Amino acid sequence: MNWKIPAALLAAALAYPFIFRSNFAINFGVLVLFYALIGQAWNIAGGYAGQLSFGHAVFFGTGAYCSTILQLKLGWNPWPGLAAAAGAGALVGALIAALSFRFGLRGSYFALITLAFAEVFRILTNAVEFTGGGLGLLIPLKRGAANFQFAERIGFYYAILALAALSIGIAIWLKRSRFGAQLAAIRENEDAARALGIDTYREKVKVMALSGALCALGGSFYAQYYLYIDPTVVFGLDKSAEMLLVAMIGGTGTVYGPLIGSLLLTLVGEVTRANTEAQGLSLIIYGSLLILIIGFLPNGLVELFKLRWRRKARA
Amino acid sequence: MLEIRGLSKIFGGLRALDGASLDVAEGTIAGLIGPNGAGKTTLFAALTGFLVPDEGSVRLRDEDITGRPPHLICRRGMVRTFQITQPFAHLSVRENIMVGAYLHTPDRALASARAEAIAQQVGMAELLERTASGLTLAGRKRLELARALATQPRLLLLDEVMAGLNPPEIDELIPVIQGIRTSGVTVFLIEHVMQAVMSLAENVYVLSYGKIIAQGAPRQLAADPIVIEAYLGHGAAKRMAASAHA
Repeated sequence: MNWKIPAALLAAALAYPFIFRSNFAINFGVLVLFYALIGQAWNIAGGYAGQLSFGHAVFFGTGAYCSTILQLKLGWNPWPGLAAAAGAGALVGALIAALSFRFGLRGSYFALITLAFAEVFRILTNAVEFTGGGLGLLIPLKRGAANFQFAERIGFYYAILALAALSIGIAIWLKRSRFGAQLAAIRENEDAARALGIDTYREKVKVMALSGALCALGGSFYAQYYLYIDPTVVFGLDKSAEMLLVAMIGGTGTVYGPLIGSLLLTLVGEVTRANTEAQGLSLIIYGSLLILIIGFLPNGLVELFKLRWRRKARA
Repeated sequence: MLEIRGLSKIFGGLRALDGASLDVAEGTIAGLIGPNGAGKTTLFAALTGFLVPDEGSVRLRDEDITGRPPHLICRRGMVRTFQITQPFAHLSVRENIMVGAYLHTPDRALASARAEAIAQQVGMAELLERTASGLTLAGRKRLELARALATQPRLLLLDEVMAGLNPPEIDELIPVIQGIRTSGVTVFLIEHVMQAVMSLAENVYVLSYGKIIAQGAPRQLAADPIVIEAYLGHGAAKRMAASAHA
């Protein structure tokens, strides 16, 4: 195992806020790491285990609402709320997986059922009282690290760095562990995996719980960063699509794909939004870029790095 | 080792298996032959939990495993290969075999070492780092065998591992399978390549229309009129005997 790459990345990420001190730069760093986290959450289920989901927002929203409601209704501190959010995400992940896989849903059927679950959660949070309905929930301002509301943005930066590093750590562990090998087997050929003694149902439920927990951490962080959530934002199709795109553009089933995808998509998103006058032009640029990448690098941007490594290895 | 009693599997109006009974003794190589569509692969699927039989029982090492799911049957020591090879296409040969080896150890280094040893045993040691999708048919057949062996089975079910191989490849694979038996694994194989059946199996069952119609040593079966008729049609045995006399 080559530890140089993760060590160098971590060092660069730790140093980043000292080199780029502007609010814009730190906010940019937060966004990159945030999308890397939820992209990785999607990647662990969709890329590693091949269980493509169109509705990962269901876990994101669960996490966001879980920690926020615990704060507002039960007076919890948001830090244990973050842990509770991960638990709730794992629970919802396991539940959706158990229901879907018990009835043998695979491939596009599974993708559609996850989409349906996300929509059901969105509509339910819209409809009931204790989630604040369509108005959403506002977390009252109480600055301080103890309240997971850092006075300086740099605090948020390091918080999301820790979460993103955790997700990448899990991705590295999966590449080297029995669980990861069994997930790859399930992705490649489920019947062969069963024939070789893998309890595919159980492993798929486990990976959805893991993915759901990571995604919920992202949701809880989002709530603390913006201090406001509503059903459309956290349970909406947009969030599901963002996670999926980040992983696909970077490279599914790879350790660094989501990070690379997040870096590019955040960069493109921020630059086009800041520099274009005409409304919607940023979306056109964004869309064109997606088409180009999917057309020429169907395995994601990671391919570019792999080619370079191979060339270097040959030289 | 394996006792099958009155096994039936019904698809709509078709009895793909119709009360098939047979035994595989420990330490032997047993064969299963029969015309196309006789139900051989269905039998394997029903033994290993991929299909749940409608009637009958399957006992593995004196334990009833009828209708148990595939992964539990594999853990009990019976593993199958697939006639149409099912490699983990984007993984390397080593990673493919390691999936099997991980059944008994969570340790990566151990699983990897076991994969190497098994690759050596089936003659694909040079191919360890190749991606499975790039293998030839012969390579993929060996990989099926290697992955199954990696689960450390007591009983190995081979579904036409010789099919589609050329004669030299078959000649190479026969001693590999004999070696597996010598190492203490009982083998039960479906095979169309008669050269392989003749040189490997001690006891052969003939399946036709879901029923076991004959059993015995391979040479004895080749002359059995019931078997000849199952393959070549009603009256064929008589005509063959007549032309032999003429």
